[in-house]
Amino acid sequence: MNQLIDLISQPWHWSISGFMIAMIMFLLLWAGGEFGVSANLRTMCSIGGAGKSADFFNFNWKSQIWNLVFIAGAIAGGFIASQYLASDDPVQVSQSTVQFLESKGIHPPETMAEGAGFVPNEIYNSWTWSSFIFLIVGGLLIGFGTRYGGGCTSGHAISGLSNLQLPSLIAVIGFFIGGLAMAWGILPSLLTLF
Amino acid sequence: MKYIKFFLIGIIFGIVMTKSEAVSWFRIYEMFRFESFHMYGIIGTAVVVGIIGTAIIKKVHLKDVTGKVISFNPKNMSVPRYLIGGIIFGLGWAMTGACPGPLFTLAGHGIAAIWVVIISSVVGTYLYGYFRDKLPH
Repeated sequence: MNQLIDLISQPWHWSISGFMIAMIMFLLLWAGGEFGVSANLRTMCSIGGAGKSADFFNFNWKSQIWNLVFIAGAIAGGFIASQYLASDDPVQVSQSTVQFLESKGIHPPETMAEGAGFVPNEIYNSWTWSSFIFLIVGGLLIGFGTRYGGGCTSGHAISGLSNLQLPSLIAVIGFFIGGLAMAWGILPSLLTLF
Repeated sequence: MKYIKFFLIGIIFGIVMTKSEAVSWFRIYEMFRFESFHMYGIIGTAVVVGIIGTAIIKKVHLKDVTGKVISFNPKNMSVPRYLIGGIIFGLGWAMTGACPGPLFTLAGHGIAAIWVVIISSVVGTYLYGYFRDKLPH
């Protein structure tokens, strides 16, 4: 058992990770669900009473409870992985990314891989106004964009492309247009604010 | 009781998201900077395995646990909807370094500020629902 935990605790090779993500999708299909995490954000709006002011949220959200349970499991899984399956090494980001981030005043991961080592402290642990607004804007874009585009990475990039759906390919192209514009055009100046 | 299996699959998902490092802001930024193959390898492998598995599921008319044949609902065709929506999400993905799955996984890591992103993403979804009729689809 300890050997198994040691084995899982190493950072995983990308092929193992990718294979496991596909398995998650198959398990969800087998269980009678489907792989699409952002749908939960709509369900949460409906539960909160958003249907009173926007018809889009008037749907039978009870049919989506399984998906909320799934993300509750993801929270538990994140807890288990960070508490009991953490590796000793920080995330092995490429040297050129590290140098670029340092030039912008963002510290690369140098602690253990899990927990704080996964996200930059300057953004996620500084609680300054600039980081707070940054996170709010990022969240708004995620929530608005995923529902407008009909899905996120799980629904389009994994489930949709696996089913060879053209709309999902268009969405994934959009993800990368937006992501590249942010990473190359906007983030380099924003990162110096922290 | 029927929900327990979803909870267990969710736990595996949270562990996979963590150990794959797909929850890492650094990995996402590195991906968009084309400075590592890591994330492309993960997504590429998932899609290749996914395409093969999905084809098999359709071919053998595999049934789910409830006995229903697993079906895939094709999405309505549109370019502006998926492209514009996708671009908006992509901007947020690169900023926060997290798509919705990792958002919840990172909450499990105990990163308190991720709840700011989760709550504002729910608000963002509400704003879409509110302005939906005025947007090109």
